Amino acid sequence: MAVAKSRKEMPITPLSSPTEGSMGKTGSWRTFRPEVNYGKCTRCTLCWIYCPDAAITRQDDDSPKIDYDYCKGCGICANECPTKAIVMKREEE
Amino acid sequence: MTQMIIDTANHIAGYAAKAARVKVVAAYPITPQTTVVEKIADFVEMGEMDAEYIRVESEHSAMVACIAAAAAGVRTFTATSSHGLALMHEALHWASGSRLPIVMAVVNRAMGAPWSIWPDFSDSLSQRDTGWMQFYCADNQEVFDTIIQAYKLCENEKVFLPAMVCLEGFILSHTYAPVNVPNQEEVDDYLPEYRCGWELDVNRPCSHANLVSPEYYMEFRYMIQEAMENAKRLIPKVDKDFFEHFGREYGGLVEKYKCDDADLVMLTMGTMASDAKLAVDKMRNEGLKVGSARVRVYRPFPIEEIMKLAENVQMISTIDRHISFGMEGFLASEAKAAVFDKTDKPLIAGFIAGLGGRDVTAGTIEQIAKKSLKWMRNGKIEKRTEWVDLKE
Repeated sequence: MAVAKSRKEMPITPLSSPTEGSMGKTGSWRTFRPEVNYGKCTRCTLCWIYCPDAAITRQDDDSPKIDYDYCKGCGICANECPTKAIVMKREEE
Repeated sequence: MTQMIIDTANHIAGYAAKAARVKVVAAYPITPQTTVVEKIADFVEMGEMDAEYIRVESEHSAMVACIAAAAAGVRTFTATSSHGLALMHEALHWASGSRLPIVMAVVNRAMGAPWSIWPDFSDSLSQRDTGWMQFYCADNQEVFDTIIQAYKLCENEKVFLPAMVCLEGFILSHTYAPVNVPNQEEVDDYLPEYRCGWELDVNRPCSHANLVSPEYYMEFRYMIQEAMENAKRLIPKVDKDFFEHFGREYGGLVEKYKCDDADLVMLTMGTMASDAKLAVDKMRNEGLKVGSARVRVYRPFPIEEIMKLAENVQMISTIDRHISFGMEGFLASEAKAAVFDKTDKPLIAGFIAGLGGRDVTAGTIEQIAKKSLKWMRNGKIEKRTEWVDLKE
């Protein structure tokens, strides 16, 4: 959010443009960490489709890459993975 | 060509939405409002009105759909009553906080329990602090004219706030009366195309009304208050401009009747003012100097007009079709608050009448006025709040 010094600089209602990390690095909220076993991954892209935070990117070979700066560890990707190629592990492990 | 039609105030509200070229209507039926949105559905289905008609599963959804449509850049309209309005409550705050110029007809109906379908102002007045402007109409013609005026006001860049246009259930909603419906060109000439302070744009995606830290929240609330003050200044102009186009006006914020030389003024809202005029005429014939004033716009509240009214009168009697439990009628509280700073204050007595649709006739108002005159002559209010026609 742009920092307004006076009321005149403010819009009549708050408007936010999407920017990366506008709420900070939300990956720090994580308790469980998804880890991908690329040997088991069939490149079905379901984890990429289901990730509610767009923290998974699709690599050239369609395999997932998890962005741990923003992954909150919700576990939806692991739940959806049909081959159990994604497992959730405790952060401290 | 201007058309004179005889119809109910609810249908007339539908005609007004059509004349305003409303593009999205999201609505849920509730007595006594239902025939407003039935009429609009009829217009849309017959191809007479170019609008999206969204049927939703609740009033809350109706308001949220209107918020989304208004934010997407089109003129929106909805209508509700009583518990439907109460269900919208949360979304009403989102509409005003997002500064969206939505206009909604509120067909006043008493809140339960006990269950009632008859009119009083307990539904709309419970929404007093939502940041919506509130207009109260006295007849079918005023319903049409106020909806058109409301869009003009809401979409003013110094305002950008939503408004409720309130009309009492059955007394107006289902009562046939002749109404002058101007032709489309005349309305277009008065009411320009939809304008909003900001708009959703797929090419510049943004989210709105989102989390704001304590560092900024107060400023956004101040801007709503500022917009209300601006609206207060603009309403008489909007009304005057309307007169120049259509030959009808409603006194801006407060409609006054024989108040100039009055000792006592009966302060009311809505249709009671019409009966008050009859009562005033009768008492004037008896040589009693009584006048009537109708608060047409309740939010923003016309503090200055009430102060001015209080200058030359000895007493003001408010008649509230509402009770703030544990206190008194809103009109009584606010009229007193408005004159508080004056050194030479009139007496102000509060009367509660007409709850749940009980008739308030010219006779009722005469009875209130005569009791008031007695108190006025004695220089003392005998009762801060008097309930009228209450069974012992």
